[in-house]
Amino acid sequence: MAAEHKIDALGQFELHPVFGELGRALHFSNSNLLMVIASALILLLLYVGMSKRAIVPGRLQAAAELLYDFIYNMAHDQIGHEGRRFFPLVFTLFTFILFGNYLGLVPGSFTYTSHIAVTAALALLVFFVGLLTALKVQGVKFFAHFMPEGAPVALAPLLVPIEILSFLSRPVSLSVRLFANMMAGHVMFEMFAAFTIMLGGLHLIGPVLGIGPVVVNMALMALELLVGGLQAYVFAILTCIYLREAVAH
Amino acid sequence: MTRSVLRRLPSRILSASGALLALGAPRAFAAGMPQLDFGNPLTKWQVVWGAVIFAALYLLLSRSALPKVAFVLAERRGRIEADLDAAKLMRDQADAAIDALRRARHDAAAEANAIVDKVVAEARAQAATRNAEMNARLEAQIDAAERDVAESRARALASLPAVASDTAAALVERLLGHPVEQARLSSAVDAVLADRRAA
Repeated sequence: MAAEHKIDALGQFELHPVFGELGRALHFSNSNLLMVIASALILLLLYVGMSKRAIVPGRLQAAAELLYDFIYNMAHDQIGHEGRRFFPLVFTLFTFILFGNYLGLVPGSFTYTSHIAVTAALALLVFFVGLLTALKVQGVKFFAHFMPEGAPVALAPLLVPIEILSFLSRPVSLSVRLFANMMAGHVMFEMFAAFTIMLGGLHLIGPVLGIGPVVVNMALMALELLVGGLQAYVFAILTCIYLREAVAH
Repeated sequence: MTRSVLRRLPSRILSASGALLALGAPRAFAAGMPQLDFGNPLTKWQVVWGAVIFAALYLLLSRSALPKVAFVLAERRGRIEADLDAAKLMRDQADAAIDALRRARHDAAAEANAIVDKVVAEARAQAATRNAEMNARLEAQIDAAERDVAESRARALASLPAVASDTAAALVERLLGHPVEQARLSSAVDAVLADRRAA
């Protein structure tokens, strides 16, 4: 690649089957393997962390309890008393995305949250859970939300389509935000890493200049750690906000 | 199904997928964004498998792992509340014990004061009766002494004329050289004594 002076920034997002023939037959890709690893780590954190059931928690138990309390308070504060019902969903979404983002930062692994199909599926799950809950809780009154209260009736033909459009665009923004953030970060990694390799072949001064992109990548890694946590948080808190609107009377 | 899908793919994607499928083969350049390569069956299947994995994770978390954490947290909250209640109970007991002690000390002090007062009063009464007795006895003795003195005086006064007449007889005998008649002497002395007494 370096010799041809081309940067393959998108190759890292390619899906390929794992576990040889069996994986190929089951269409089980590297993306799914990372999902399994992330799920196993989440469950391991909770099961191993809470195995002692200590009154005074150790490090792992404190981490598990901190994660639990963090999401529980978020769900409870945002959705209200009804939040308890949706807490497992919010917890699953947050940890699934967080672990996906962070596992993707391990060199050589795969970031399943950088695939629009995955983030769109998660966003549609949130969208339909919110929609069904709203229809169940509010019934026909739910459709009244598309006409803002106190607005002049004459503006209805303008306002109602806008409100419907903004409601329908929620899963789009939710999925694209996560997907674009994760993809952009990983493309940047690949670009700067490729710069280093390209500079390495540049006469004598090249290997010295090549340190520059490595330093940039180190800074990017810090940024990506922030972005990975932030995007998981944003996804979870928006889920809570949508569900609060759904359960509100 | 896979084959029919693959047959319809543009040749560039076909070659890329083919290169990927061959284990150990060098990675081909991605043609466009692999995320939007819906010709690759893995793009759709990762969502199917993802749904299965997510559902399994959700079920395990909501049915088993999260209730376990909730149980430990609730247990801790209960334990802390029970400890606080026990501590409060103990403090109440200690307060009650201190009150009882204070009351007992107060009662004991009052009782001691009463006993001291009683003893002092008794002692005072005893002293008073003893004083009275002593006074009475002393007065009796004084009376007796006074009576003795009066008696002695009377006796002395009674014997005075005899002594006077004897002395006078002796003086007269010495002066005259011979004894005088007893009767005359006695009357003369008595007369002088009577004069004295009258004076």
